[in-house]
Amino acid sequence: MKISTYVKSGILHIVLDGEMDEYSASSARRETDRLIDLSPPLEKAYIDLEKVTFMDSTGIGFLIGRYKKLQRLGMEVYLKNPNPTADKVLSLGGIYTLIPKV
Amino acid sequence: MKNYMNLELLAISENESFARSAVAAFALTLNPSLSELSDIKTAVSEAVTNCIVHAYKSNKNPENKILLSCQTHEVDGVGELHIQVSDYGCGIENVSEAMQPFFTTLSPSERAGMGFTIMQAFSSEFLVESEKGKGTTVKMIKRISEGGKSEENA
Ligand SMILES: Nc1ncnc2c1ncn2[C@@H]1O[C@H](COP(=O)(O)OP(=O)(O)OP(=O)(O)O)[C@@H](O)[C@H]1O
Ligand SMILES: [Mg+2]
Repeated sequence: MKISTYVKSGILHIVLDGEMDEYSASSARRETDRLIDLSPPLEKAYIDLEKVTFMDSTGIGFLIGRYKKLQRLGMEVYLKNPNPTADKVLSLGGIYTLIPKV
Repeated sequence: MKNYMNLELLAISENESFARSAVAAFALTLNPSLSELSDIKTAVSEAVTNCIVHAYKSNKNPENKILLSCQTHEVDGVGELHIQVSDYGCGIENVSEAMQPFFTTLSPSERAGMGFTIMQAFSSEFLVESEKGKGTTVKMIKRISEGGKSEENA
């Protein structure tokens, strides 16, 4: 899984690209947290899921972990563009009550 | 039974992608829709991941194996994929508690406790058999609707 970030209109965009499972999660956690720490202080973050081709419950755990970190840094967090596969897992996990979709 | 496949693999996370892709490829003869195929992949991934992260305490022991066995059936004209995922690890003391949504014995800050809930929701029939110290078997049946042949009816 590839992780990248960019800032647009004052919003931190975190882009996930690839398959999110237990195998990819540990390095994805490390890399995402590193990029979040490098980010300038902002009020909002979007986690862009458009390029996530597979996600299981490990992905729910991953998103909850990143949400908590971003919240501690004072950021509002939103999920962007989940494909139908990820959307089904995320809806079932009740994640959108915690991290709304934009 | 129309067809079967048995796969024995080492319980390491490198094998997760292979395991779910192998089952999905095996299921193709049933003409599943894209969404049925994606349900199958996700459910298998949950079961296999649980064997890797929960069943075996010491990593990389070559004895830590997962047995994945699949069959296709046709029942009253409806195609069925039968999936069985077994490990010989620590087992689950209280299965009904483990199956509750959000229940996890690992750190809840990085784990949702949603694996069993997802397996149940993404399959047509679902059963867990476990014995403490002996291991765990998850059995799932996925019925493939006729609509699978014309894409995205699900
Ligand atoms: N194969 C197994 N061997 C031993 N214990 C298991 C096994 N599968 C599940 N469990 C137990 O059942 C609990 C619930 O499993 P479930 O998959 O629902 O959640 P999780 O794996 O903890 O979290 P998530 O799947 O959301 O990452 C686990 O925390 C673990 O204690
Ligand atoms: Mg699990």
